[in-house]
Amino acid sequence: MKKVLSVILTLALALGLALPAVAEDAIKIGVIGPLTGPAAIYGTAVANAAKIAADELNALGGLQIEIDAQDDEHDPEKAINAYNTVLDNGAKVIVGTVTSGPCAAVAAKAYEERIFMLTPSASSTDVIADKDNVYQVCFTDPAQGAASAQYIAEHGLATKVAVIYNNGDVYSTGIYQTFEQKAAELGLEIVKVTTFTDETTDFSVQVTETKNAGAELVFLPIYYTPASMILTQAASMNYAPIFFGVDGMDGILTMEGFDTSLAEGVLLLTPFSADAQDEKTVNFVTKYVELYGDTPNQFAADAYDAVYAVYEAMVAGGITADTTPEEACEIMIAEMQKLTIEGLTGTMTWSATGEVSKTPTAVKIENGVYVGMK
Amino acid sequence: MTQFLSYLCNGISLGSVYAIIALGYTMVYGIAKMLNFAHGDVIMIGAYIAFCAMQYWGFPPVISVLAAMVVCTVLGMVIERTAYKPLRQASSLAVLITAIGMSYLLQNVALLVWGANPKSFPSVVSLGSLSLLGGQMTISGEAIVTIAACVVIMIALTLFTGKTKMGKAMRVVSEDKGAAELMGINVNLTITVTFAIGSALAAIAGVLLCSAYPTLQPTTGSMPGIKAFTAAVFGGIGSIPGAMLGGILLGVIEILGKAYVSTELGDAFVFAVLIVVLLVKPAGLLGKTVHEKV
Repeated sequence: MKKVLSVILTLALALGLALPAVAEDAIKIGVIGPLTGPAAIYGTAVANAAKIAADELNALGGLQIEIDAQDDEHDPEKAINAYNTVLDNGAKVIVGTVTSGPCAAVAAKAYEERIFMLTPSASSTDVIADKDNVYQVCFTDPAQGAASAQYIAEHGLATKVAVIYNNGDVYSTGIYQTFEQKAAELGLEIVKVTTFTDETTDFSVQVTETKNAGAELVFLPIYYTPASMILTQAASMNYAPIFFGVDGMDGILTMEGFDTSLAEGVLLLTPFSADAQDEKTVNFVTKYVELYGDTPNQFAADAYDAVYAVYEAMVAGGITADTTPEEACEIMIAEMQKLTIEGLTGTMTWSATGEVSKTPTAVKIENGVYVGMK
Repeated sequence: MTQFLSYLCNGISLGSVYAIIALGYTMVYGIAKMLNFAHGDVIMIGAYIAFCAMQYWGFPPVISVLAAMVVCTVLGMVIERTAYKPLRQASSLAVLITAIGMSYLLQNVALLVWGANPKSFPSVVSLGSLSLLGGQMTISGEAIVTIAACVVIMIALTLFTGKTKMGKAMRVVSEDKGAAELMGINVNLTITVTFAIGSALAAIAGVLLCSAYPTLQPTTGSMPGIKAFTAAVFGGIGSIPGAMLGGILLGVIEILGKAYVSTELGDAFVFAVLIVVLLVKPAGLLGKTVHEKV
């Protein structure tokens, strides 16, 4: 019996020694996202990019951080489990979660337990609503409307604008409302607004009215499936304005059977495009491709910026390995509002609601691929 | 005015699709006295077959449409033989429930085979759009082909039921099944042929529908199916010209309602029309009121 025990103990010791030595004073950052399952593409991008950011920051030699990535399978219950796991593992703050549904669940718990959270990509307003310790790197869904109006006005794309949106969908109506408000402020003239519902397949009326109203630009705060039908039906009516979409438009090029020439010239609001030529993006994309063999998407860029933001706030607030997560939470809240981060997705500042403020950027579809607009 | 004309034209085009689908409903109802709620999903299967033929197997559009028609014809006959024939003597409620079950079965099979992600259907029509009145009015190639197809199908069906032996048999079976059987008409065969024709039409409707409105997913057929059923009732269920008239009127009402009242209420109009027609003329526009003999 003693022999068996000693063998086990020896094994345990050997295994313990075999584990990579981690600097004792490294501060753990919990990353939660879908690493497996249908949304795995988002979660893995976030985890990978967070590790790249951590390696870069650790190489600076100052505060050392360590990423602890846990899988939530894009499921609210599993996200809570993952949240408990990262805290048990000693995380001080959380970068996550990646998708809106699970994030709202985790945010509610983190608010109760006073744990600071910065989500790279959960864009629902539910995530940050009434929670002083939950912050976002991405725009909230409705904020994309204001950002789109700002982009259109700043770049002088058009003065006469029409909108076609889904009146039966919170995402679409939310974006439309902020767009309308901002457009009025910026002097964009909305010449026609038409709506549709989830069952609509015939857009001939919407497109005809938009065409007859003389709109130069059509704003489409909708998902790519109805957008593909609008593009097809507009083409059959020989109507070719500038079409401007938001993140819901992302995916139109990979829709099976879709004639991508129809989407030629379509603009869409997105925080990140991998082919941008600035030094930061080139550096990040090269590293990501080298390590993971894949081009990073916007989720990766959001996560990279999130880790940088958390790091800056921790350094500024003097958080050390001895700070408890609850103390860290209050420090982070104070520091986040003072912070300005020059990230991959723009220059960011945060308000007390947790909402980010940054310059919107867009990409244009040319020859079936996204091309960055600068 | 030009705007009204272009709406009218879009309406007739949409209505033509409803009419072709409604023909399937009305023929089956007229002859088998049952509502085949799986009809809308046969449309969807037809569209998927044509999609696969064009995208994966590289067939030209015409061959793809023919392939879809063949598959749907066989599918229609199989559905009839396996699901409906054993219930020929059962209550009409049992048959109705079976048809709804079949509808869900087809949708879920499509979900399994082709997945939930919507596919963008490439148009089978290579005809460019027609520009009228100095470019103020544009009629798409799909609309022209749809309307033409609808007219051709209408004429062909009228000739078929009027002149051929099988067509006459169908009319006889629809009038009195028992007497037809006594006269030596093979009632089961007649019903199967009716399903075959209805399903082949469904394939054509599916391809035309998806050419004009290019999103294809497992639920693509359900809404047009319900509207076509409404059209069949509107025109007088069991009547072939009635289905045609009902379909086209319904399409026009839907588009004009959207254009002049509200884009969100297009569907509501369609069903409001159904209610009004049933209140005023319960047999439909061209339907015959048949008195039950007691």
